[in-house]
Amino acid sequence: MLGYNFDMDIKDVENLALLAKIELSNEEKISLLSDMEGILDYVRQIEKVKVPDIGSNDESYNVWREDTEESRDFSKELIIEQFPDSQTDFLKVKKIL
Amino acid sequence: MIDLKNLTIEGVHQNFLDGKYTCRELVEEYLKVIKEKNKELNAYIEIYDDVLAQADEADKRFADGSATLMTGIPIAIKDNILFKGHTASAGSKILENYTAVYDATVTKDLKKAGAVIVGRTNMDEFAMGSSTQTSFYGVSRNPFDITRVPGGSSGGSAAAVAADMTLVSLGTETCGSVREPAAFCGLVGLKPTYGALSRHGIIAMGNSLDQVSPFGKTVRDAEIIFNTLSRYDTEDSTSVPDALRNKLKSNLSNSKSKKIGVPWHLFKEGVDPVVQENFKESLEKFKSSGYEIVDIELPYSKYSLAAYYIIMPAEVSTNLSRFDGIRYGYSNQKGKDLNEVYMKSRGEGFGKEARRRILLGSYVLSHGYHDAYYNKAVLVRAQIKEEILQAFKNVDFILTPTVPIVPFKLGEKLDDPVAMYLCDIFSAPANLSGVPSIALPSGYTKEGLPLSIQFMAPHFAEDSLFEVGKKFETIR
Repeated sequence: MLGYNFDMDIKDVENLALLAKIELSNEEKISLLSDMEGILDYVRQIEKVKVPDIGSNDESYNVWREDTEESRDFSKELIIEQFPDSQTDFLKVKKIL
Repeated sequence: MIDLKNLTIEGVHQNFLDGKYTCRELVEEYLKVIKEKNKELNAYIEIYDDVLAQADEADKRFADGSATLMTGIPIAIKDNILFKGHTASAGSKILENYTAVYDATVTKDLKKAGAVIVGRTNMDEFAMGSSTQTSFYGVSRNPFDITRVPGGSSGGSAAAVAADMTLVSLGTETCGSVREPAAFCGLVGLKPTYGALSRHGIIAMGNSLDQVSPFGKTVRDAEIIFNTLSRYDTEDSTSVPDALRNKLKSNLSNSKSKKIGVPWHLFKEGVDPVVQENFKESLEKFKSSGYEIVDIELPYSKYSLAAYYIIMPAEVSTNLSRFDGIRYGYSNQKGKDLNEVYMKSRGEGFGKEARRRILLGSYVLSHGYHDAYYNKAVLVRAQIKEEILQAFKNVDFILTPTVPIVPFKLGEKLDDPVAMYLCDIFSAPANLSGVPSIALPSGYTKEGLPLSIQFMAPHFAEDSLFEVGKKFETIR
């Protein structure tokens, strides 16, 4: 895994928070950086594990079904009444830009 | 007065049939204990307001003869299992006002069986933790010593059974979240084969790992719940279809399961001497009961927890992206545009550990790193699964301690994520490989804290786990 730069800095934490859409305080950014370093230090031990290149025994496959209407017992009323903001049964969101 | 301490599902069922007490009377007894103890233990977040109505329904079924074994059995469910019309918050602020709009398949099956769903139990936020200290609804406490944690993330479900606040309960496992609290609270905890029980209606943490898992005081109680809920479900694409279940079961050896493999090299160090000593004593008991004990090597499995802490956060970061303050749950509407609503709702709605794992997951999946972390972890996981399945060609069971330590004090390990994660070091191989595993009470420390051992068995060999577990109940 040579060639990777694993060192993180506060800018990386900020970028990740933007990517994950989570607002963080400055204090938390600092503590998260130190947590991440500790955790990454631990998980990085898998770097040195020698494994065959292909996961040959991976039997995962997609499960498909016909795209037909099927009845569900979802409660429409319960869904609508939980909208944080709505207008005549329509979900209302803030402007995008 | 009913002796709640020594009740079992079959015992209660018999008592219902004999008319010793009604289901309503039994539930009222449990409610009394809940009233007395929940303030201190914080095992339940909520007792459902229809619990006595459910009990009356069960009594009707005994009257009309349609009752089955689970009818009228009080069961608590973890706060991440949906029960239509009731709040389900996954221990998080971001779902504090969320009402389930449908039933989880396991809930539906419990209702069909006539079980009484008592309430929702406390848990680490989004099942992220090993001590039930990260819940938005406060910490839960261990009934054996209230200064200590009950384990987690299903700590509320464990404490509720251990303190006689319900007969049995459901938790969920992603990596040890039922076996570890079972160990800390002196209970039986079963992590079924991945895909045995439906995940439909379970608030997901790591889809490739999550599995609904029962707690009971006895192996037989865990077995009854497993048998009630284990089935193919078309609503869950990872549910194992009947044909494959039967094929896997028919591959199991017919010989009386008597050979136990012990991967000693995995716990040469980092294990509390009390745990190590108890493990050796338990092993001796099996030996003198005619079990053959052999050393096995699982070289890849020592990387289980490292692989897990890459795969799980990756799945967390994608799963938890749905909680965005737009359609339901906590929402900060003060943001000036859509992006600010997301940022503020998620920043304020998620607790610290959830934020930590979401960021970690975003990192291991990000461009430039996903080969080194995520893809590598997936390859390591495949090797772990392979070596465990290989091991089962030679042995019937793999045995380890359930947890390397005894229940720790409240407040401990919260500021050291890696120390907290290490609680689940022996749990990870079963979750990563999908095999079933059962935690069994194996005695107490001098201070009276519970100890535990865990067996793993091949896919869909739960019956062997129940058999060896029941044997241990007679020799421990």
